[in-house]
Amino acid sequence: MDTMTDDSSTAFEQALLTLDRAAAQALFARAASGPDPLRTAVRLVGDSLERIGAGWERGTVALSQVYMGGRICEDLVGRLLPPGDPRRTSQPRLGLAVLEDHHLLGSRILAATLRAAGYELTDYGHGIGAAELAQRALADGIEVLLVSTLMLASALRVRDLSALLRGGGSKIKLVVGGAPFIFDERLWREVGADAMGRCGTDAARIIEQIRGGAA
Amino acid sequence: MSAPMTSLQRVLTTLGHREPDRVPRFLLLTMHGARELGLSIREYFSDAKNVVAGQLRLRERYGNDCLYAIFYAAIEVEAMGGEVIFVEDGPANAGRPVIADPETIASLSWPDPTTSPVLRRVLEAIAGLKAAVGEEAPIVGVVMSPFSLPVMQLGFDRYLELIYERPDLFRALMAANEEFCVAYANAQLAAGATAIGYFDPVSSPTIVPRELYLKTGFEVARRTIARIKGPTATHLASGRALGIVEDLAATGTAAIGVSALEDLGELKAAARGKIALLGNLNGIEMRHWSAEEAEAKVREAIRLAGPGGGFILGDNHGEIPFQVPETTLEAIAAAIDRWGRYPLDPAV
Repeated sequence: MDTMTDDSSTAFEQALLTLDRAAAQALFARAASGPDPLRTAVRLVGDSLERIGAGWERGTVALSQVYMGGRICEDLVGRLLPPGDPRRTSQPRLGLAVLEDHHLLGSRILAATLRAAGYELTDYGHGIGAAELAQRALADGIEVLLVSTLMLASALRVRDLSALLRGGGSKIKLVVGGAPFIFDERLWREVGADAMGRCGTDAARIIEQIRGGAA
Repeated sequence: MSAPMTSLQRVLTTLGHREPDRVPRFLLLTMHGARELGLSIREYFSDAKNVVAGQLRLRERYGNDCLYAIFYAAIEVEAMGGEVIFVEDGPANAGRPVIADPETIASLSWPDPTTSPVLRRVLEAIAGLKAAVGEEAPIVGVVMSPFSLPVMQLGFDRYLELIYERPDLFRALMAANEEFCVAYANAQLAAGATAIGYFDPVSSPTIVPRELYLKTGFEVARRTIARIKGPTATHLASGRALGIVEDLAATGTAAIGVSALEDLGELKAAARGKIALLGNLNGIEMRHWSAEEAEAKVREAIRLAGPGGGFILGDNHGEIPFQVPETTLEAIAAAIDRWGRYPLDPAV
């Protein structure tokens, strides 16, 4: 990354953290006016959101900034690359759900991050049980299923979901996130997940790793 | 040898930043009371008498220094007409938000806690606990802060949008919630609660940046706590506190529930003499602690935060998960007895 791009990226990140939509829009528009607009703009967004997520993990950024910044990015990328646009990334097939819980924030951050990274995804909503989620994900040919939970009891239900998916011989990769997994770093393996994200903004990186065969 | 302090004396001494006879323990157990009585969680919380019996048994079993009168966090939105979902192995959880359309906020009014059938159960439980223990042990009532309750009233995502994008509706919601919170806290104190746990996770720097907190949750807490007619302890429910320790003290609260995500030694340095600490054992990890691990964690917490008082040992979330086995709780209690006696063992 050259100095100019570095400066733009830092300024874009700052605009997201301070919710300065006008500045974010101007920087995004500038990135999207170069020779490879889609790639440059999506990279600007992806890099910034990942750094913001890393800041949240370190305790220097608040979750409200992660969420609101993600919404701005989802909106900016959505104008350049509307849902259904053939240039969006439809591989691997992504599914997203809040298992049993009704706390949507984590899944909203995930969805915003992934859409801002140019992915299409199927959102199974919230309050869904393991059996229904497994059945629908299998029927839809989902390849990576992202599951968000807030409550420990819901996080433990991932074990049922994993058993249902594996019992059917599925190769679906199961990625989990949410508070219980942050406070117990062994929990994601205990419940049979393939990977764990500490923040919704980790999702794009984890999916890249899965595509590359690392998870 | 002087007689051991009562739980209330022990807690008041440490809140005064002096060393009592031992580190007080607040094993904040709710659902375990159901297991003690052989009831489902739903059945247990359906009758105040169960909660009284459960809390007394839990105190007897673990030598707890408080009685914990919360039923479940969603009970206030249940009283407001919200949906509450019970599960077999966890706390009752808020379902669909009670405020479907934020535009209706200005015309909302919340129930009187003293006449709400749901909240009257809590008040009856507090009165029953008070009749049982008198002044021997503190009874901790709980309110969700006006600033954090909207996570359940609106949904977390829509609430954050409201804070940033609709200051008019935010102010109206805070005004209604503050009245409700003060009334519910004071009703619990009138029923016999000794102090109020003011649960305010949204104020944590984990959730909102300090600059925003100072304009929102801080002002709300300062106004609300000033009107609560008894001492309060603010709990950030696993959220970080280090960046706002002095701000929290300035709200008038006596203690902070602190997170396992932060260094207890650093928190102690920031809080010493200003505000007491409650924490910070990791309740989620606690599920699979051996007795040796439990002792090591307790010992470390006491070493870091025990000297000089101003410390109550507890979990980091304000509610120990149902999945934590009784043997682990017994090991934690035994470790506090072993390492928490003042003057502290230099080997701690």
